[in-house]
Amino acid sequence: MSEFDVIVIGGGPAGSHAALSTASAGLRVALFDENVGDFGPTDPAGVRDVPADDARAGTVTRFMAHRVWGVTGEYRIDAVGPRGPVHCTARALIVATGSTVRIVPFEGWTLPGVISLETAATQIRSQGSLQGRSTLVAGCGPWLAAVAAATIEHGGRVPAIVDLADGAEWIRALRALSGHPDLRAQSLRWRRTIRRSGTPWHGRCKLVRVQPAGEGLLATLAPCDAAGRALDAPSITVSTDCVAVGYGSIPATEITGLLQARHSHCREAGGWIADADELGRTSRAGLYVAGDVTGVAGTEAAATHGTLVGLACALDLDAAAAAPLRGRIDAARRSVRRCVGVRSAMAHLMALWAAHVDGIAADTIVCRCESVNRAELDAACDAGARDMNQLKAWTRCGMGSCQGRLCGDMAGELLMRRTGAPSREAVGRFTPRMPLRPVTLDALTGSFGYDDIPIPAAAPL
Amino acid sequence: MSATDGILTHRCDVVVVGGGVMGCTTALFLARGGMRVALVERDALCRGASGVNAGTLTLHMTRAALIPYALPAIDMWMDTEKWLGASVGAVSAPGLCLAFTESERELLRHRAHARRQYGAPIELLDRDAALGVEPALNPNFLEAAVCASDGFASAYLTGRAYYAALRAADVGIFERTPATRLDWSDGHYHVHGPDDRSPALRIDAKRLVLAGGVWLEPLCAMLDIAIPVKTLVNQLIVTERVTPMMRSVLSIANGLLSMKQFGNGSVLIGGGWQGVGDRVQGATEIIPQNLIGNLRLAQHVIPALAKAGIARVWLGLESETADGMPMIGPLPGQNDAWVIGCVHSGYTSGPYMGRLLAQTMLGEATELPLFDPARLICAPVPSPRQRRLQ
Repeated sequence: MSEFDVIVIGGGPAGSHAALSTASAGLRVALFDENVGDFGPTDPAGVRDVPADDARAGTVTRFMAHRVWGVTGEYRIDAVGPRGPVHCTARALIVATGSTVRIVPFEGWTLPGVISLETAATQIRSQGSLQGRSTLVAGCGPWLAAVAAATIEHGGRVPAIVDLADGAEWIRALRALSGHPDLRAQSLRWRRTIRRSGTPWHGRCKLVRVQPAGEGLLATLAPCDAAGRALDAPSITVSTDCVAVGYGSIPATEITGLLQARHSHCREAGGWIADADELGRTSRAGLYVAGDVTGVAGTEAAATHGTLVGLACALDLDAAAAAPLRGRIDAARRSVRRCVGVRSAMAHLMALWAAHVDGIAADTIVCRCESVNRAELDAACDAGARDMNQLKAWTRCGMGSCQGRLCGDMAGELLMRRTGAPSREAVGRFTPRMPLRPVTLDALTGSFGYDDIPIPAAAPL
Repeated sequence: MSATDGILTHRCDVVVVGGGVMGCTTALFLARGGMRVALVERDALCRGASGVNAGTLTLHMTRAALIPYALPAIDMWMDTEKWLGASVGAVSAPGLCLAFTESERELLRHRAHARRQYGAPIELLDRDAALGVEPALNPNFLEAAVCASDGFASAYLTGRAYYAALRAADVGIFERTPATRLDWSDGHYHVHGPDDRSPALRIDAKRLVLAGGVWLEPLCAMLDIAIPVKTLVNQLIVTERVTPMMRSVLSIANGLLSMKQFGNGSVLIGGGWQGVGDRVQGATEIIPQNLIGNLRLAQHVIPALAKAGIARVWLGLESETADGMPMIGPLPGQNDAWVIGCVHSGYTSGPYMGRLLAQTMLGEATELPLFDPARLICAPVPSPRQRRLQ
């Protein structure tokens, strides 16, 4: 068992900046990420870029390609890495697990060739490859433009962009980026790429069906209203090899949920988030959240928030002289506040739209792990299910290997709307469970003999 | 139901506090016996121990003295369509209990014999015979015992089945309603819901049944009855679907493993390894060493499990009295107040115990005796009402 001062989970922009800023205050930091680590300034050279106020230079020990399956105590991390199981402890834990792309189910969403915008983006970024010659891009929010532009830049064809938002909503969002020239420039670059390619853009439309057609897919789109409800208007069909879809993002709060920190449901933040102050402190001592897991705001905001939370954590642990640390925290706080506009500009595009789930057809699968369709969820609601864990037991929705990460948001929304509950809080959420990531028995059991098993004494007869 | 002064009052013949298998079954049979029944549950029906336990129906892990109760209870589980109206996925399967060491073999033989005295159809098997029952076993065991009446259910289905049955029997179901106060006046018990609800809920009934599992201690304390109830925090593990490899309900001689494979391919591993928690905070935390210990034991018994994916680990709270035996019967010094709970392997025996209490309360003849709670009372605090009555 290794001991650290701070463990950071998630090596994206928020996590890597949190790790660096905490280490810059002289602390020993462990950084866990399930990817190999081609993202973020986590290489040792990056450490030098961070101003070190304290003579005792801290360290960041990276655990890349490690799947964290357990988080317990105050605080112990259990993970499985390329060289087997790892566990370590720390005085504080910073959760920077980001967000997951939301998929609002439609007929055919579980077919091969239908992927999330996140998967599409990862494939392009890490492998430079496209899933098919043509990729229809559908959903809402900045991911849409990013994936469409990247697909075109990598030589792919985008037969259609199907966008829940309309032009006015995009213009409003772009205006709000005026204080962020980099983000604005990037958005305009995406727009230019898409325009030049002549890609048709279908605003205020959503995917209603994807069917196999020959070697490819046939997608059906339908116009909808400003709440995401399909209109009674003629639909359009488009042929494509692949469909990449995503309606905003959901903060990945399994770890803070597992640790039973207090949470609230916030539509603008994308869903359930841990209650936290500006410095990322949750309701549980020593547990911090940084970046998109606190509400989706994008790369730049995540990085600055990561720096701030890392410094705040260092201050709380009495890592370095308080005065200079406070000065750096104030500076980081100002940077974070500059990003607030980005969050509010994108919030509507990243949130689940009020009436979007109403259009999910009765026979459409909602929980793909356990093949539970909407009609089964509705029937359970009608039979008396009133909270999420009850719904889970009654239908198996959320019992599969994704632990409800994919279906939890949908099931919660369907349950709330079907039963007339006043809020998502009123129906609750699936209780997060270990393992946080899929892991096999032998990855945990290792090599052992019967005598190594600490079998407790027998119960009385 | 009537609402005055911001209090919603529900009047009935009997109010049951606690909606697990014991409380639900008692409520169901009381309602079918003609009583108007209300059932109050802090969470949802059977979402505590009754819904998250391993669903094991085995006499190998049942306290010997409870076997006469568990035998008819297992029959009830196998037959839920008939009396409950829905399936909880109960199936029969041979119960195999294994001994890997000499001391376990001694324990196995001794316990098999003792349980047989109470009517359990348990036979000892040599290695080859046991491998014939369950070919996937690690052959390094010394001896096994097989129980013919065993099986298993899917505990998570329990709540839905009871909910429908209770609704059909016109039981007033109050879920997500913790009982915050109990008092007695004018010949009625009053069960108060949370104060922060508007309108506040109060249930008035002539009779009271406390069936609150690990919360029986604070519930009894509301009637000024001190009965210590211990909380066990049991760990459960379910794997992802794997190819069929098991056809029995497995345990080991000292009882720290229960394992079976469901029809969908998932394998459920339990046995009572402990996590962290209590009745105030609930189950809060897995202990990684105990998780690994439990998994090692499972993999030792069925080596083919090594490559199974772990889907989910959770904890359930089990209640236990000071002497480890149930408390089922009238609460002394009270007017028609009853308690039911703290039954070891309570899921297995639960439906029979609930029916037994309901039969007693309805004045019907019963086949087996109850378990007098009076023996468990320590340092009783006389309430003002009791003092008055004295």
